[in-house]
Parts: sequence; C-alpha cells; structure tokens
Amino acid sequence: MAAYLIRRFLLMLLTLFGISVVIFALLRVVPGNIADILFSASGMINPEDKLEIERQLGLDQPIYIQYVHWIVGLLHGDLGYSYVSEKPALDEILPRLPISGKLAGMALCFAVMIGIPLGVISAVRQNTLLDYVLRVVSLSGLSLPSFWLGLLVLMLCVRYFGWIPIYTEPPKTWWNELALFAIPAAAVGFRSSALMMRLTRSSMLEVLRQDYIRTARAKGASYAKVNFVHALRNAVLPIITIVGIEAAFLVGGLIVTETVFNIPGVARFLVEAIRWRDYPIVQNLVMFIAVCVVSINFLIDMAYLALDPRIAYEK
Amino acid sequence: MATIDTAEPEVHRESRLATAGYFIRRYPLGAAGAVIISAFVLMAIFAPWITQFDPTLTNPRVSLAYPGGAHPLGADFMGRDMWSRIVYGARISLAVGIGSTGLGCLFGVTIGLTSGYFGGWYDLLVQRLMDMMQSLPLLVMALVMTAALGPSLSNTIIAIAIPLVPSVARVIRSNTLMLRELPFVEASRAVGMNEFAIAIRHVLPNTLAPLIVLATAQLGSTILVEASLSFLGLGVPEPHPSWGRMLSESAAEYVRVAPWLVIFPGAAISLAVFGTNLLGDALRDILDPRQRD
Repeated sequence: MAAYLIRRFLLMLLTLFGISVVIFALLRVVPGNIADILFSASGMINPEDKLEIERQLGLDQPIYIQYVHWIVGLLHGDLGYSYVSEKPALDEILPRLPISGKLAGMALCFAVMIGIPLGVISAVRQNTLLDYVLRVVSLSGLSLPSFWLGLLVLMLCVRYFGWIPIYTEPPKTWWNELALFAIPAAAVGFRSSALMMRLTRSSMLEVLRQDYIRTARAKGASYAKVNFVHALRNAVLPIITIVGIEAAFLVGGLIVTETVFNIPGVARFLVEAIRWRDYPIVQNLVMFIAVCVVSINFLIDMAYLALDPRIAYEK
Repeated sequence: MATIDTAEPEVHRESRLATAGYFIRRYPLGAAGAVIISAFVLMAIFAPWITQFDPTLTNPRVSLAYPGGAHPLGADFMGRDMWSRIVYGARISLAVGIGSTGLGCLFGVTIGLTSGYFGGWYDLLVQRLMDMMQSLPLLVMALVMTAALGPSLSNTIIAIAIPLVPSVARVIRSNTLMLRELPFVEASRAVGMNEFAIAIRHVLPNTLAPLIVLATAQLGSTILVEASLSFLGLGVPEPHPSWGRMLSESAAEYVRVAPWLVIFPGAAISLAVFGTNLLGDALRDILDPRQRD
C-alpha cells in the first residue's frame, strides 16, 4: 500500500517534469518572440534595440539555460515577469485565480446537482419516454458549445430584461457575486451535467441488474431506498472519477465562457497571454493547469482506495 | 463472400436494404444522426450549387440585413451572406473535424499497435508520454499547439489532432494486448509470418470496431474544439468562413441588434456535433456490446 502510494507519487512528479519540458519546448518553436511582435507592431526595425530587449528578457541564452532558470524560479515561487505588463507573473495570476476558482466550483456544483439525480431517474425509468427525453437532452448538452449557450443567455437577458449580465466591475456583496456568476457557471456546468447524467445512468443500470438489488426489493425496502441507498452508493465510484476529471476539464469551458461574459479570470488570461506570446504567463498557467489535473487524478486514485475496500494495490 | 456477391447480386442488395431498415428501426436516434451528418456532408460538397453569393463577398449596402429575401439567413456586418457562410463553413468544420480525427487516429493507431504488440521499454516510454499529453485538457493542449504552430487551416488540424493521439493509442493498445495472446496470432507465427505482418494483417483489423466507435465520438469533439479555437480568434484564419469565428465577430455587440448572426452559426455547430454524437452512441451500442446500456 505504502509502496503503491510512493510509486504513484513519483510517477506524478515524472509526468509533471515531462509536461514542463514539452510546454517549454513547444513555446520556443513559436515563430517570433515578444521582441519580434513589439517591433513588427511599432514598425521600427532597429536590430540593436531588438537584441537589447532579447538580452533583458533572457531570450538570447541557450534554451536549456532558459528552462533551468524557469524551473528553479518555479520551485522558489518566482514565476518571472509578464512580458506585457512587466509585473511579476505571480502578481498577475494570483488575483485572477479565485475568480476562475469560484466559477469552476459553482459550475461543478450545478453539474452534480443536476446530472446525478437525472441520471438516477433516467436509469430507474429505463426505456420510458422520460428516459428517452433525458437522454436526448443530455446528448444535446454534449453538443452545444458553451460559448454559444452563453451568447444565447446574453441574448435572452437583453431581450426580456434589457440587461446584459457581463462582468464590468468587481462585485461588492457576495449576493451580487452569486448573481453575476450563476449564469456563466450554468453555461459551463451544463456540459458536465450532461456527461455526469450519462455516466450515472449507465453506472446505475449496471448496479440495478445485480442480485442484491433484487434481494433488497424482495425484502420490502422502499423504492427510494433501493434506488438511492443500495444502488447509487455502489454506482458512485465511476461517477467520482468523472466528477474529478470534469473538475479539471472545466478549464476548457471556462476559457470560452470567461471570454463571452468578460470575466477577468485566469482562463481568459491564458488566451490573452497566448495571443501576446507572453511566455512566462503561458507556461506558468499551463503548468498550473497540469498540476491541478495530475493532482486531481492522484486524489481520485486515493478516493478509490478509501471508498472501495475491494480494490487492493499489491503491485 | 465475393463469389456469392457475383452470383446473387439481387439477394445481396436486398439484404443490405434490410440491414439499413433494421438499423433505422432498432436505432432511430442513430439513423437521425446519420441523416444529419449526411446533410452536412452534402451541403459541404455541393456548396457552390446551393448558394447565391460568394461567402467572402462583402456588400456594405446589405450590412446587418434582416433574414429573408435574397439573404435567407441575413447578412453580417460586412454584408456577407450568412447562408453562404454557413454552407461554406460546413466545409471548414468537416475538413478540420475529419482531418484532425483521421490524423489523430493514424498516429494513435500506429503508436497503440506498436507499443501494445511489441511492449518492452518502448511501450513504457510511450505510455509515460501519453500520460503527459493527457494531463492537459483538449482545448488547452490545442491552444498551446496553435500558439506554437501559428494560425492556419492545416495547423489547426494538426493542433487538434495531436491531443487526440493518447486516447486512441490507449484503446488500440489495450485491444492489441488482448489480441496478441489469442491463438490465431500464435498460429500465424507458427506458419512463419513475420511479426510486423502479423501486427498489420491480423491484429490491426480486429481493433477496427473500437476505433470506429472512438473516431465517431472524437469527430464531434474536434468540431467543437475547432469552433472554440476559432471563437477565441486562434483557429482557422480569414478568409475561410468558420462557424466558430462567425460567433466571435458577432459576439457581444450584435447580441442586441442582430441575433441571427449569433443563432445560425451556433445552431450549425450544435447540430453537426449532435448528429455525430447520436451516430456515435448507436455505433457504440452495435460495435461495442460490453458498453451497451
């Protein structure tokens, strides 16, 4: 058990190291660096100035030196400076984190609260009209791009309330904040709820076929108790996996939704940084996302161990 | 089989029709998906014949024209006909969707088949690499790739294809691991076939069913990712009419004055993805009975 944990942890570190190399290398094959962009934008071409800028930013050094600089800084909590704002990258990223975090949290709550009960209902009422409708709705949830969903909501708000719920200034009270984030969070969470519903349904169907469910029904346990206590408890393991994976993969939805609703979170910041080839921001943010995903996967494995005593890792 | 086909062509055609009929009755949603996708494919192929205007032709006089008349779906700010742009957009969406799914599957199958069949340190190395690639969400990975490659149609295809590779490689590898232990592989070896020939001639065809299921599922998500990338202004560049970029051009300000610019491209994306998802589900039920609900 301990050996498994250690092995799993070391593997996680190896993966992260690999990702850091890949990201760093990918961003260095970009045609043109910030110096090129600045100069092509302003139209002045003075090779000496350009060299000077490259020297200041450390872009003239060999690529492996640049990499070592970055990693050593990262381990010391020094993320370098944003090329665009020239402020420390950490100061740029940190204030944006809670905004995206809240949005992701709300989206996940929305997805769990909608997706899991509907999945259970759909499974219990398998092959009825209700099941059919729910399945089509969930499939459409996987098909609608979340930015379009966001735009549609904006459009309806304009039409019926004459008001656009986009982010203009930081909210003052928690209630304001909730109201402001609720719509984008629902737009992001809709897709995840559809995914959760589908998974809950198939996982529940698997469990409902088991003998002990028939036993529970035979001994007279109530309908709700059989479905939600006996069945759901055993169907929950794969659902946890998807909740975990979705938590990390919400980032994709956040990127477009924050852009639509003009929310100044990290996800939209990533897109801006990519547009500006702001390497320090891009590589740190992508690294941060990778760390989140990898740790969540690690936690899911741990959750499996804790929740299902049948699983024993002997290797 | 071939001899039966030539001997009794009518019986064969009838049975094929019967199969189609069975598919429609047994999987009505899957059939609907197939119809939707076929409609988009036909739209893409016959684009010049079903549109009146060049999708890139600007005409300031019909800027933001209301849907109806010569412009059934209206016109955008630059007076470009929306119907033409949606129809030609199907070409872009399908090109990127099919192109990147195909490319991703090609790499994924090659990697999965070789690593599963030959194993050893090569397999170990490949698996770690796949782990790394799967640690980033599809859209983030595609964003970083486009940032690295620069925006163009072919680069968008590559940028979306690469993040697909790990999931394909995983599925093919696990199937290969199972298949290579089966007696028919041993028989081929006993007959004296070389290992590469066995992998390609005998193992590969048996992984086709899960591959088809996976590819159909991925087709929908590649269309979505292309739309998202283009929406963010980092996907397919001008002058190609991309559904995603039409939405970014028409975003916040047109929400008030020209809702049709928001509704139609989004509906096109959703419908195309919905169609592939419907078909994908049905194919999964047919070809991968273990996952059947």
